[in-house]
Amino acid sequence: MGVIRKALTSRPVTTLTSPNTIDDYLEHIHPMLAAANVRARVVAVHRETGEASTVVMRPNGAWKGFVPGQHVQFGVEVEGKRRIRVFSVSSSRAAGRRKGRGRTFSVSVKAHPDGYVSQFLHQELQPGTIVYLSQAEGEFVLPREVPANLLLVSGGSGVTPVMSMLRTLRDTGHRGQVTFLHYARSRDDEMFTGELDEIAATTDFRVVRVYTRQPAPGAELAGRFQVDHLKHLGVDASDTLTYVCGPAGLIATVRDTYDELGAGDQLRLEYFKVPTVDLDAADATGTLSFEDTAIAAPNTGATILEQAELAGLKPDFGCRMGVCNTCAIKKNSGAVRHVVSGEVNANTDETIKICVQVPIGDVAVAL
Amino acid sequence: MPFTLKKKPKNAPIKPRSASKHNAAPLTLINPFSEEPATIGLEYMTREQLDEFGRELDAVRQRVLDDLGQKDADYIRRVIKTQRAAEVAGRIGIFMPFFPPAFVAGIASLGVAKILDNMEIGHNVMHGQYDWMNDPMVNGARYEWDNVAPAQDWKHGHNYIHHTYTNIHGMDRDIGYNLLRIDPDQPWYGTHRFNLPLATVLMFVFEWGVMYHGVELDQYLQGKISKDDFQARKKRAMKKIRKQIVKDYVAWPALGLALVPFVGWWAPLAILGANVGANVIRNIWTFLIIFCGHFPAEVETFAEEDAQNESRGQWYLRQLLGSANISGSAPFHVLTGNLSYQIEHHLFPDIPARRYPEVAEDVKRLVEKYGLKYNTGRLSKQLRSVARQLAVYGAKPSDPLKVGNSPESKALRRAKREEAARRLELAGETQLTS
Repeated sequence: MGVIRKALTSRPVTTLTSPNTIDDYLEHIHPMLAAANVRARVVAVHRETGEASTVVMRPNGAWKGFVPGQHVQFGVEVEGKRRIRVFSVSSSRAAGRRKGRGRTFSVSVKAHPDGYVSQFLHQELQPGTIVYLSQAEGEFVLPREVPANLLLVSGGSGVTPVMSMLRTLRDTGHRGQVTFLHYARSRDDEMFTGELDEIAATTDFRVVRVYTRQPAPGAELAGRFQVDHLKHLGVDASDTLTYVCGPAGLIATVRDTYDELGAGDQLRLEYFKVPTVDLDAADATGTLSFEDTAIAAPNTGATILEQAELAGLKPDFGCRMGVCNTCAIKKNSGAVRHVVSGEVNANTDETIKICVQVPIGDVAVAL
Repeated sequence: MPFTLKKKPKNAPIKPRSASKHNAAPLTLINPFSEEPATIGLEYMTREQLDEFGRELDAVRQRVLDDLGQKDADYIRRVIKTQRAAEVAGRIGIFMPFFPPAFVAGIASLGVAKILDNMEIGHNVMHGQYDWMNDPMVNGARYEWDNVAPAQDWKHGHNYIHHTYTNIHGMDRDIGYNLLRIDPDQPWYGTHRFNLPLATVLMFVFEWGVMYHGVELDQYLQGKISKDDFQARKKRAMKKIRKQIVKDYVAWPALGLALVPFVGWWAPLAILGANVGANVIRNIWTFLIIFCGHFPAEVETFAEEDAQNESRGQWYLRQLLGSANISGSAPFHVLTGNLSYQIEHHLFPDIPARRYPEVAEDVKRLVEKYGLKYNTGRLSKQLRSVARQLAVYGAKPSDPLKVGNSPESKALRRAKREEAARRLELAGETQLTS
């Protein structure tokens, strides 16, 4: 398939299909058929906990695979509208191959109370559904040569990328010293409980889980992360490559600890944060972030176009009255209100005309 | 979900400001020297009625936006699927020059494919009508059409200039396309004697006219756009032309070389000719539809001074009075990209075009309520009207002020320029560019 895919995306074919690409034609034969667009069919949806689920997918041939720790943009279509969120891959890189049927991989997601996509995944997603993906992205990955000492620290649903690492290390028969340290509120709240028990029992990896609210009887560690936890586990921070993924509080603590121990260079971090959307926020509160240029400014209550210009950016614009679509850009997250109709839109990743939209609370746009 | 950590900054104590002042004119229609409201539409209704008219149309727009969903997504995908099928069938058909029925059907099918791509898909998608679907395949910023005019420059001239400053003399460059005189308020020049033959030629090469219009040579020569802007437009146009020519007139005919042993030396030429034919079919059709949208008699045009500081209601009214519909069957409307509902399209350029028939009911209701005009008619009627306009306004007017290069007109233009310069000097402002 590699040769055919290469041929279909080659210059001569693009010349013949211009201004379209071959995928603009192939998708009408079958939605999974594409030379470059990554699509996947949902194979199964497993409930991990009362709030979290794992989606197993079989991608089409355009998928280039992932490195444990990476994430993927995951789009589902509901009522004609594609909703996109970024989720971490949780499966093992080595697993998922079944003869003749291609490979599968999975993402695991904790349903956020206001998260449309995560709720949809948890409640309604059916096997057989086609989902729209990006290639795997992200630098929070294991090195090609895994060093002798490795520590994986995670909190809550931040477990997903390090779970992919742990599973891959297990499946590839990794021989080094691996410590897996996970913080969850309770055992009921923990994802992958059964499999973590199994890995603890069947491998040499040290698997330690700390339940912060309902500690297990006789647990070796308790409470939130602190330097004593490292000491207890016998981890020498300066000699252990450490991956941390979880809420900002956990990451800050681990980072401060490693800095104090002079081991900051051993640390690899991934933040888990669900952007907050406050529909009831008063006018002119929160921060307007221009993510492409890494500029952020307090929301003044003016239209996003005016605020961008005030921040020194020069976005394209035309009529400035919501007619011509020249200023349309992606809003990455947050809620906006249309200045004429008063309509509020709070979806992640949607196209808006910035000349007639004011931010409500924190908003991030692609400018 | 990964995010870079940034400390949440403390919000400066800024007074909450309501942003409801957008019931106002588009940027360059604001009179910098006076706050006097525009006079458009006062012959039909009072200012209060105009505001109410604006609110009622805003409500119609919002009702449709709230209702968008699966059926609209299914519709545009079905049209795209039909377009792709017609294109593939057409390409196969024109590969059979040895079997004339298939060859001719192929040309027709490819022509229809290009019409669908340019009208119901390209034009409408590039207005952002389907941006809400969040599908990159139908994203207005990303779409490129099967036409020699590059999408970017067409969007600027069409979506912004034409749709914002619709039928305002000196602002909307689509009044006669700088080539024809179709309105008594356009200055007459000698070339307008050839209005009808020029329009006929333009019909056959319409995509090239659209491309040339987007390069904006006239704007550059008048000093209204910078040299860099002009050069960039030229470069984009050349790139798009190259792509289209290589595809239609080189690459596909070259594939036809494979037919030479079986058919004869003329096979590639037949395929080239078929591509020309399909492009011309599309050119004629789009020309007819677009000319009937704004150029029939009774479509109103406006002076810049009358439109300055207009309200939202007046903006809507200007769109209504400045457009004309074409009546016809459902397939006809699809082939026109629903631009046969030109009035509804101009009122709501960014709602999916398949909704225009339903919106038309509301528009007609408001037209009746306020005693307005609703210009509609069959294609043949509107075409006759356009042809008559071209013939009538091609003749030299007796009023010297209507003749572009008469001494009287020149003196008037000079006086206007000096007046504008004087006011600018008084206001101590830098010149606003349109």
